[in-house]
Amino acid sequence: MNFSIYDFTEFIRSIHFWLTGIFSPGLADVIGLAIIGVCFLLFVTLLGLSLVYVERKVAAFFQQRLGPMRVGFWGTAQTVADIIKLIFKEPLVTKNSDKFLFNLAAFIVLIAPFMVIGAVPFAKGLHALDFDIGLFYITAVSSIGVTGILLAGWSSNNKYSLIGAMRSGAQIVSYELSVVLSLITIVVLTGSLQLSEIVASQSDGWWIFKGNIPAIIAFIIFIVASTAESNRGPFDLAEAESELTAGFHTEYSGIRFAFFFLAEYVNFFIIAAVGATVFFGGWMPLHIGNIEFFNNAMDVIPPVIWFFGKVVVLLFLIMWFKWTFPRLRIDQLLTLEWKYLLPISIVNILLMSLVALNGWHL
Amino acid sequence: MFKSIYKYLTDIFNGARTLLTGMKVTGYYFFHPKEIITQQYPENRDTLKMFDMFRGEVVLIHDENNEHKCTGCSACELACPNGTIEIISDKAIDPETGKSKKVIDTFVYHLQMCTMCNLCILACPTDAIKMAQTFEHAVFDRSELTKVLNRPGSKIMAGIKE
Amino acid sequence: MSNIFSLISDKDSKGTSSATETQEYFVNMGPQHPSTHGVLRLLLTLDGEIIRKVEPHIGYIHRSIEKMCEKDSYQQIVHLTDRMDYLSCHMNNEAVCLAVEKGLQLEVPDRVKFIRTIISELTRLSSHQLWWGVMGMDLGAITTFLYGFRDREQITDIFEETCGARLTMNYNVPGGVMFDIHPNFQKRTKDFLKYFKEKLPEYDELLTGNVIFVERTKDIGYLSKEDAISFGVTGPSGRASGFACDVRKKDPYSAYDRVDFKEIIRTDCDSFGRYKVRIAEMYESLHIIEQLIDNIPEGDFKAKTKAVIKLPPGEYYQRVETARGELGVYVISDNKKSPYRVKFRSPGFSNLFALDTMAKGYKIADLVAMMSTLDLVIPDIDR
Repeated sequence: MNFSIYDFTEFIRSIHFWLTGIFSPGLADVIGLAIIGVCFLLFVTLLGLSLVYVERKVAAFFQQRLGPMRVGFWGTAQTVADIIKLIFKEPLVTKNSDKFLFNLAAFIVLIAPFMVIGAVPFAKGLHALDFDIGLFYITAVSSIGVTGILLAGWSSNNKYSLIGAMRSGAQIVSYELSVVLSLITIVVLTGSLQLSEIVASQSDGWWIFKGNIPAIIAFIIFIVASTAESNRGPFDLAEAESELTAGFHTEYSGIRFAFFFLAEYVNFFIIAAVGATVFFGGWMPLHIGNIEFFNNAMDVIPPVIWFFGKVVVLLFLIMWFKWTFPRLRIDQLLTLEWKYLLPISIVNILLMSLVALNGWHL
Repeated sequence: MFKSIYKYLTDIFNGARTLLTGMKVTGYYFFHPKEIITQQYPENRDTLKMFDMFRGEVVLIHDENNEHKCTGCSACELACPNGTIEIISDKAIDPETGKSKKVIDTFVYHLQMCTMCNLCILACPTDAIKMAQTFEHAVFDRSELTKVLNRPGSKIMAGIKE
Repeated sequence: MSNIFSLISDKDSKGTSSATETQEYFVNMGPQHPSTHGVLRLLLTLDGEIIRKVEPHIGYIHRSIEKMCEKDSYQQIVHLTDRMDYLSCHMNNEAVCLAVEKGLQLEVPDRVKFIRTIISELTRLSSHQLWWGVMGMDLGAITTFLYGFRDREQITDIFEETCGARLTMNYNVPGGVMFDIHPNFQKRTKDFLKYFKEKLPEYDELLTGNVIFVERTKDIGYLSKEDAISFGVTGPSGRASGFACDVRKKDPYSAYDRVDFKEIIRTDCDSFGRYKVRIAEMYESLHIIEQLIDNIPEGDFKAKTKAVIKLPPGEYYQRVETARGELGVYVISDNKKSPYRVKFRSPGFSNLFALDTMAKGYKIADLVAMMSTLDLVIPDIDR
């Protein structure tokens, strides 16, 4: 087994050979899939735990507080303690709620991020699903989550939940458009929807730098629209604790509530991951043109670190939004999308096509 | 036409500018952790000092000879709006004069009913009681909040008259 | 097929289409709800998200303070008023004390007037700081809440040092104040003024100018001057509707006739106007304290009163301007040691009932913003 932190292709292949050596090819595939599934399960759980901790700490620092400090060193075990508490908490189901859908909704919201996270390229070769329509797959699948939110709101038999769910529905349907259009703006340049190719196309510089002004506009639209799509502040109308108590998950408690919470944070990660992949070169180190010396120096840092570093920066940016801005109202939310983001992104695609045709980008 | 497009664009830029102004404020505090104002309470218990005026609970002042100044006149009991103080008085023979004199048997203080209004302290003619700066009043049993303020075996200071 | 057509053409024939027919529904906002800030229950009639009717139901935290006053002596009444509008506790105390002093025809020393005015303005500032933080939080910007509390902490420290408590201070007694000011009081207050003058522009940067905030509050919750007057909406909420109702100007008490300050009146009549009035009032409060803090005259901190106060038979009314509006104290005395009847005209009660007029036709999110700008304190409404 030749393990390299810079290129996982060989490592993954050798695991595959090892498995086929022991088992029959069919069984080896199944076991391989199971291993990947377990890996993602662990990754998502760890991600949820750490992101909740990071979010709480970041929020605290924005607010001149210290945040969790008691459980573990600097409160690092706080989220673990919270999860343990949530597991032992009684999962209440309200009377007259649709019990089947009520239970189902919590799982549906988790399914979407699990399906998407498989298509995220973490490093060279560390990529579970590399479709030729990868970007399309991500945008299509990530909107399944809203079904869970709608079901949760509907089945809770609570008016606040229902209002929250309806808001969420309207919100995600609208903002999906801008997210896709802003991603397509970059696809115009790459000419491919395959995520590995999008990353490879940025080997001489990231699209946000190479793509001229339209790329920057597209990035701003992407970050705004995807924040809205993931129901995060200032677009957290579906939860809106000061208006709807807790919106669609008002009636959820215990482990089901933890599912909603986890899904929210995994979605949050996915946004940052997609943003980093499309606009900031994914795991690709910072390369400037053909300056060998600089590029080689940058290559020393492993791709996984590049990827997670970019993701963390984007996550921080989105957290910064959340802990600064007041929440929008539902009609303003839709105005922002249909009056500002959508027309601008359509014009932006035109601009980008001009740029691509005339070769004005780098 | 151009005017409306111009307005549309200036709206966007002005909006973005105001948002960035807000982000600048929060960002400043994020990158200046020195400004954090959290006090970690149980850890800083040793250095935490309440202001002298702080009203935590009523205490009866005892000196080193276990003597207090309370004559049992019930002025504080009358002044209290909530019935927090109950003075159970007794008659005792004054050793000097040989006359029967009122002394306190128990000075009962119901902390759970006290609103720390300070009226009892103002009412006391002999300055026998004062407000202490303690603030950790949480107990597991409510009955622990009913306190007897005069210490066992304590007696009134000589020379204190009603 | 005919069914579909009939659905579409219904609208022309009957005026309403069965496909688009909507039903109003009720939502109980409260008594346990994050943005009612207490146990207020609003029965909302909604059409989708649009509010058709707001019906406030109160009484969940009624403690019959007025009745309790009838068994207490005049000194004891004062501390009960702390528990009404706890954010402007000093002004409540002051109102009762002024009413009793009016009954006794007692002229309090100048020092008392100055101290009362300074502490009143500090209380107003701390109330407005908390309101600002909560206003941001109601609109979804949680950070403002912490910033508001951060600045408020400085004031509560001043209070703790001089008055002995942070919130329910009970610093007033009929005839004066309970203790003299702490030797550090002036220095600490001046430090605070300096500190807060630097921090106050931050409030504007974070919220006032913010495009989302402006969109959320501008032209929302319209309350005309006529409505404000007929509902008796006073305080910053009334002044934002152009109703000049500042008791400090109209009927000066304590040292307000000796200081120079502006009565903030705006004619926006909307949530943003109410917000701006409070922000401007913070500047005015700072200005008032600045004028007084160095000029506290020497003298007694309390006029001599009898141990048992008995007001001459009669009726006494005193109004003061609390952080929420006009607080009236109406005392009927029958020459006993406790009053025959005490009635408080609390600003929150009157302000709350303007909510229905304000909120009609707006959305739930707007209702939350409106409630914030009315700055409701539920114990003040219920008493």
